[in-house]
Amino acid sequence: MDIKQQWIPGNFKSVPDIGHTAQHDVVQHGWTPITTTTSVLGVVFDSGVALAADTLTSYGSMACFQNNPRILTVNQNIIVAAAGEYSDYQFIRDVVEEKVRTEKSLNDGISMKPKALHTWLSRVLYNRRTKMKPLWSTFLVAGVQNDVPFLGEIDKLGTAFADEQIASGYGAYLALPLMRKAIDEKREKFNSKLTKDEAIDLLKKCMEVLYYRDARSHDKYQIGIVTKDSVETQNLALKPRWEVAKLVQGYE
Amino acid sequence: MDTIIDRGAPKARNFEPYASNGGSIVAISGKDFAIVASDTRLSEGYMIYTRKQSKLFQLSDKSVLGCTGCWCDTLSLTNIIQSQLKSYLYDHNTIMQPNSIAQLLSTLLYSRRFFPYYVYNVLAGLDSNGEGCLYSYDPVGHCEKVNYTAGGSSGVLMQPFLDSWLGNRTAENPVTEEEALSLVKDAFTAAGERDIYTGDEVVYNIIKKDGIKTGVVQLRKD
Repeated sequence: MDIKQQWIPGNFKSVPDIGHTAQHDVVQHGWTPITTTTSVLGVVFDSGVALAADTLTSYGSMACFQNNPRILTVNQNIIVAAAGEYSDYQFIRDVVEEKVRTEKSLNDGISMKPKALHTWLSRVLYNRRTKMKPLWSTFLVAGVQNDVPFLGEIDKLGTAFADEQIASGYGAYLALPLMRKAIDEKREKFNSKLTKDEAIDLLKKCMEVLYYRDARSHDKYQIGIVTKDSVETQNLALKPRWEVAKLVQGYE
Repeated sequence: MDTIIDRGAPKARNFEPYASNGGSIVAISGKDFAIVASDTRLSEGYMIYTRKQSKLFQLSDKSVLGCTGCWCDTLSLTNIIQSQLKSYLYDHNTIMQPNSIAQLLSTLLYSRRFFPYYVYNVLAGLDSNGEGCLYSYDPVGHCEKVNYTAGGSSGVLMQPFLDSWLGNRTAENPVTEEEALSLVKDAFTAAGERDIYTGDEVVYNIIKKDGIKTGVVQLRKD
């Protein structure tokens, strides 16, 4: 059908296929995640942002792929971490990498900024949810824009927001309270933000707490750190202390 | 011979495209002002996403939109409105008047009648005579011009409160700015006590001839 005919006053830019949803399809796919990853954590510190995510991809309850990194260095200014369906993350990663390549080939010295990528991702995910074919992923976008650290989340519906501490999945229940406590205490006692080292220690502690109780978590993980003039990813491993396990009572 | 094994109908798995992210809006219009306020809590279920997400969107120097419900729809809808307003400005070299924005919003919402924007809207502004005006919407675009309204997760708590204070006001006894602001604050403090989806902070915009005044009030954070 001609796009002109489909135009209705409400459509700003005419998006073809906007009314074509999965309800007409016989086969519906991608409605449930298959190869999944668990929580991601992100915290803002005084001069940048740190993200943490383990490297396990589960297939149901099987710990399927144990070395699947999911912190992506987009450019010298942005890192992105993903949780949820791993293949959807890989798809987005390929598209983002292509965007960055296209941008680089312009050779104008201008690169993408974190808020731009955050908004772009929210539009991509919202568009897919509106087609009822969601990308089953949650993304954290971290970076520094105009010397101000930025941390934002987008979920599979396109729900986007920014905050100083974000955690998804089980992390939202187990790690987020610890992160909020650390940040609030620092603000109340010293009227300042966490330092880089404090932020990293906080994330390490949170990953350990998650490892003890999140059955889909893993002891190998990565921390990505972005500051005004550096971006790095560290590979880390937990040293869990299972001696404490015997102190847990009531589950026998 | 047909060798295809019939595995039956494809399993109907359900993906839920809507989320309820909470948040409330209160707005009151007066003779020469309009006030619109929202809380700043963004949540889903028992989880607070963030404590500092305002749901007010300034559309021009004399109109502000309050938008709650499904946050992803809110983001989409407000982006479209803002783009449309820019197009209008570039086409006509005029900023769109609130009554026109009100109609635009209704049309936009109805354009998705059969896959609605799950959003409750309140549009506040100053009309061409400089008087406060207020439009309240349902998710599919029904629009009504009102003098005061409450919407969102605590709409049902705050609307009767506003009714009792403002329901039988007459033109001889108009609501003042100070009174309106204190009603807004009281409505939100009351809602914050009983509704887990409303809390943290209230941001308000008072729209007047000489500009938009913004303020913040603290609410319960638990």
